[in-house]
Amino acid sequence: MAAAALLGRLTWRVATVTAVVDETPRVRTLELEIPGWPGHVAGQHVDVRLTAEDGYRAERAYSLASAPGEPPVITVERLEDGEVSPYLTEDVRPGDAFEVRGPIGGYFVWRPDDGGPLFLAAGGSGVVPMRAILRHRRNSMSEVRARLLYSSRTLEDVIYRAELDGEEVVHTLTRAQPPGWTGYARRVDTDLLREVAWPAEDGPLAFVCGPTSFVESVAAGLVELGYAPGRIKTERFGATGGR
Amino acid sequence: MKKETDMSFVSRGFRGRRRDARADPARVPPGQSVTRDFPVLSAGPTPHTPLDQWTFSIENGGVLRTWTWEEFRALPSEPVTTDIHCVTRWSKLDTAWEGVSVDTLLDEVDHDAGYVLAFCDGGYTTNLPLEDVTGGKAWVVYTFEGEPLDPEHGGPARLLVPHLYFWKSAKWVRGLRLLDEDEPGFWETYGYHMYGDPWRQQRYSGD
Amino acid sequence: MEALDGNAIGGMLYYVFGGEMTMAQAECGHCGARGLLAECAVYLGGPGVVVRCRVCHTIVMVLVEVREMMCVDLGGLSDLEVPAWRSWPSDSTIP
Repeated sequence: MAAAALLGRLTWRVATVTAVVDETPRVRTLELEIPGWPGHVAGQHVDVRLTAEDGYRAERAYSLASAPGEPPVITVERLEDGEVSPYLTEDVRPGDAFEVRGPIGGYFVWRPDDGGPLFLAAGGSGVVPMRAILRHRRNSMSEVRARLLYSSRTLEDVIYRAELDGEEVVHTLTRAQPPGWTGYARRVDTDLLREVAWPAEDGPLAFVCGPTSFVESVAAGLVELGYAPGRIKTERFGATGGR
Repeated sequence: MKKETDMSFVSRGFRGRRRDARADPARVPPGQSVTRDFPVLSAGPTPHTPLDQWTFSIENGGVLRTWTWEEFRALPSEPVTTDIHCVTRWSKLDTAWEGVSVDTLLDEVDHDAGYVLAFCDGGYTTNLPLEDVTGGKAWVVYTFEGEPLDPEHGGPARLLVPHLYFWKSAKWVRGLRLLDEDEPGFWETYGYHMYGDPWRQQRYSGD
Repeated sequence: MEALDGNAIGGMLYYVFGGEMTMAQAECGHCGARGLLAECAVYLGGPGVVVRCRVCHTIVMVLVEVREMMCVDLGGLSDLEVPAWRSWPSDSTIP
């Protein structure tokens, strides 16, 4: 216990999976029970550590999908060459456990006092921290305006589809669209941002999360539209190696 | 700074990277597991030196010998099929490359060096004993699985020294510096093993 | 591989420095560019972690875990400003 106090609360704890929800064919949500969980801020993440019987260890970071006050929940996308994500999305059952460290993060976070209007841009699994932010905004009855631009490959890849239904979410499907689709059907570019993002003169606060190429292209586009660089927060996810 | 030495919690059924169960265990060094993937791990952005600016040099303070890309490609080359072992625990068997033997390159210079330091676009370096890059043990390769080596995997050319951990097979290699004494390269400076024999699990200094 | 950013190593930095570090402002020793660690380019290189200046790509930080030890090289930074943490030792993971 003394060690935990010295290092704050950032020590490895055992998290037990209490429920799993398959969001899409490749994406699964894991609800966790973590003794001593101190609560978290919307946008934070946890480090997950898996240890095999031979001692081999792998660590990855996953954003918390739940809002402050809700139990910790992570959503994991299975990566083709993944080391950790295939285990978490295919093998893990309720009752299984792994080590977790967190919550982590003081930059890519939003509290109602931070204000807005909020412009959230998510590519693929980059939508996970956005869900935490939107839920927190709703739970705290904040009057801050918010809009989420969410880029996915196909409709089947849209995570939290039912929950995110509403006028504050704009989808773009970049690879294939269902018949009758009237929404955006291309990668996010500056023209798309101009139509969807809050105008720069409103002083928006932007959060951009997803693969590195998505984040860099959207952040550059927002700067082009006049967003203050200091009010654009970015979080890059990797397809290989890390995260 | 010491890490907490805890008894780590083992997660049921977790075994690490997707393994190739057909691999002959005699070909797998201790602590490794065989994968069919080819992970991309880098310390920096992928360089993109245009081929008309690319050179490979042997140096020892001054430049002893240098080749342009055309000259390099005109050198005798050979196919190499071999197993590779990364210090991060994955191994890949029967990888197929093509390139120039380091013997061919070193034959063109007069020297009595005991060691080499490979240097690369982006600043990466790694050190090797001379006898570990000669005698048919090392190549500068530019083809992987029949295709030009992808920049992500070290193209246009990388060093290939398969009998040592793969961090010694420097990506984006641009030359060898001849040394009298062993000098730590990039990862070696931070505590990785100066030699790096996977069969003796020489991952870190002192192993 | 594409670079991630300092968010990806938030936990490792917290462990090394004893507090939330992604809001720390770093100054590149090579080109003088200043930026938050959260926004620096991070390469999870296998043997270790390399943090680079987003402007000139020079290495500003290297973190390598060797056995029980964490080796931290900050030599590429000419300045590192850490925002005041609310309390020390930290009883919250949030600055």
